[in-house]
Amino acid sequence: MRLLIVEDDEILADGLAVGLRLSGFTADTVGTLADARHALATSAFAGMVLDVMLPDGLGLELLSELRARGDGLPVLLLTARDQVRDRVRGLDLGADDYLGKPFDLEELAARLRAMLRRGEGRARAEMTWNGLAIDPATQSGRQDGRVLAFSRREFAVLQALMEHPGRILSKDVLEDRLYGWQEEVESNTVEVHVHNLRAKLGRGFIRTVRGLGYCLAEEEVRPSRSA
Amino acid sequence: MPCGRGGPAIAIRLRLVLILALATGIIWISAFAWIEHSTRGKVEHVLDARLAEAATMVSSLISDHRIEVAHAGRSPFPLPLPLHDHAEGYSRQLSCQIWSLDGTLVGRSDGAPDAQLTLTGGAGFSDSVVDGDPWRVFSVINEDIGVRILVGDSVAVRDRLVRDVREGLLLPAALILPVLGLMIWVSVSRGLAPLDRLAANLRARSPSDLSPLPDGPVPSEIRPMRAALDALFARVASARDIERDFTTYAAHELKTPLAGLRTQAQVARMARDAPTREAALRAIETSVDRTDRMVRQLLELAEVERMDLRRDPCDLAALLRDTIAGLAVLSAEGGVTVTARLDDPGPLADTNAFLLQSAARNVIENAILATPRGGSVTVDLQLAAGHHVVTVTDSGPGIPEALRARATDRFVRGPVGRSQGSGLGLAIVASAMDRLGGELVLVPGDGQGQRVDLRLPRSDEADQVPA
Repeated sequence: MRLLIVEDDEILADGLAVGLRLSGFTADTVGTLADARHALATSAFAGMVLDVMLPDGLGLELLSELRARGDGLPVLLLTARDQVRDRVRGLDLGADDYLGKPFDLEELAARLRAMLRRGEGRARAEMTWNGLAIDPATQSGRQDGRVLAFSRREFAVLQALMEHPGRILSKDVLEDRLYGWQEEVESNTVEVHVHNLRAKLGRGFIRTVRGLGYCLAEEEVRPSRSA
Repeated sequence: MPCGRGGPAIAIRLRLVLILALATGIIWISAFAWIEHSTRGKVEHVLDARLAEAATMVSSLISDHRIEVAHAGRSPFPLPLPLHDHAEGYSRQLSCQIWSLDGTLVGRSDGAPDAQLTLTGGAGFSDSVVDGDPWRVFSVINEDIGVRILVGDSVAVRDRLVRDVREGLLLPAALILPVLGLMIWVSVSRGLAPLDRLAANLRARSPSDLSPLPDGPVPSEIRPMRAALDALFARVASARDIERDFTTYAAHELKTPLAGLRTQAQVARMARDAPTREAALRAIETSVDRTDRMVRQLLELAEVERMDLRRDPCDLAALLRDTIAGLAVLSAEGGVTVTARLDDPGPLADTNAFLLQSAARNVIENAILATPRGGSVTVDLQLAAGHHVVTVTDSGPGIPEALRARATDRFVRGPVGRSQGSGLGLAIVASAMDRLGGELVLVPGDGQGQRVDLRLPRSDEADQVPA
């Protein structure tokens, strides 16, 4: 899940990027509204963490702009001004969630997961397909009674595929989900992660669509499905 | 009657009443003195005329022999003259004596004293004392008969006449004066009613109510005070808003580093590899230093704005040397060389060392922080156009054109090099210079470093009152 973090305090922004990466997100950080506009115009993000007070204006301005042009990008506002009327104003302007500084990193990650889930129209945190259940909060999965562990990037690829079973995701789209701007993209990395996932989940779980990308195999009717 | 409790209203009321009462009293006393004086004059004139008339009348009666005047050897006959005024208290007003020219009392009126009414010889008016009582006497000499006629008035009786006139005036005055006093009190109170209403309105206000006073007809005397009060309310309200904004900003500015600290601490705890943990711990240290500096500067700003302005002489060159020495660790850490070129223009006579030090340290600290590793900062002190001028020049990127106007606002940060500032440094400098009556000048540069001038007036041009 690739996020855009708009925060002008370097140390907080760095902590958010590293911390959210540890929680399974891919995060890019910018420090001004201008940079945020540029980032939104050039890259696709699943959600945005937006500070309210920025050197070149209020984060709420950017939020209004997004909503005015019909962009439904999930936005979590982050601010020191967390009086009730500030929260109400932020939410009324189209924010999906609101967190006052200082906050708990794990709470932020949980709120972001919930926010993104709602954005996809899912109510349950767990995603299931073909006998596999994965939990974005723990970045682990269960299949046929076995508990499976994944690396951060393996899980990111798997989660992207599980969000829309049946949809074909290109290698570029998957790479985008895996790497922020600051990170060096290694070649063949998506292939390596898919290879590892197949080893854990069974060869037929992820299909390769020649020239297009990857998708999950169709769901079989299994005699004994584990929940 | 409405009574203003405590304060100027009652003082004005008392003063007005006293002034009016005093003025009225003086007028009354003057009128009274004038009336008494003129009454006495008139009364004496009239009574003197009556004396002369009575004496002449007696003389002519004797000449016509309507009154027989016995001669020597006989006791004085009583004069059957209607000389008595029988009005209450005024009996025996006139006394008449007829003396022969050789000095024998020939006749006298009833009640006239035996002693000669006047020892002055000749005719006309004279004043005398008979048996201890003062008399006013008119003499006529009748050569035909050979007698001298004396008609006299007791001065005591005359005085009583004048006193009665005076008392006739005083009695109504004594009755009217209290009524007049009451009227003065009521009028003054009614006249001061707008002031009382204003005071009542002010008393009824809650401490946080800084709205203008209610509209309505206002006497022209009170209008300036009302306007001044409204202006004061506006000033206090704006100061309160600034304070409130400041508190909000300060909260935001402190919560952000706290959020950074907490996040980095959690990252350090969650990190599975050593480099990530190391980086997070380093970030925590940096953040603690930065937050510490911000708190220090917040306190310094409050101190600069609120401290009592004690004025002492100060050796500016020595102060700058101390300040630079105090920043040696910071400049060494940043790899920045600080050069001082301090002329000695003599000590500043009337200044405040704390404010000067605050201004100088923040400017030099800013310059060091803005300068990249290997760069340099110079501090100059010279005398120019009657001012001590401290010039601090760095070799950093300079304050961007767009930011310069707002650079001294609180919490406005420049895109500084190594370290994010608190956005308070130049606000402290501006505030300190303002209180010292000096000036902070951010000299526009060409992107090659920033020059900051602190211009301090040489002596007593400094402003005593903070703006």
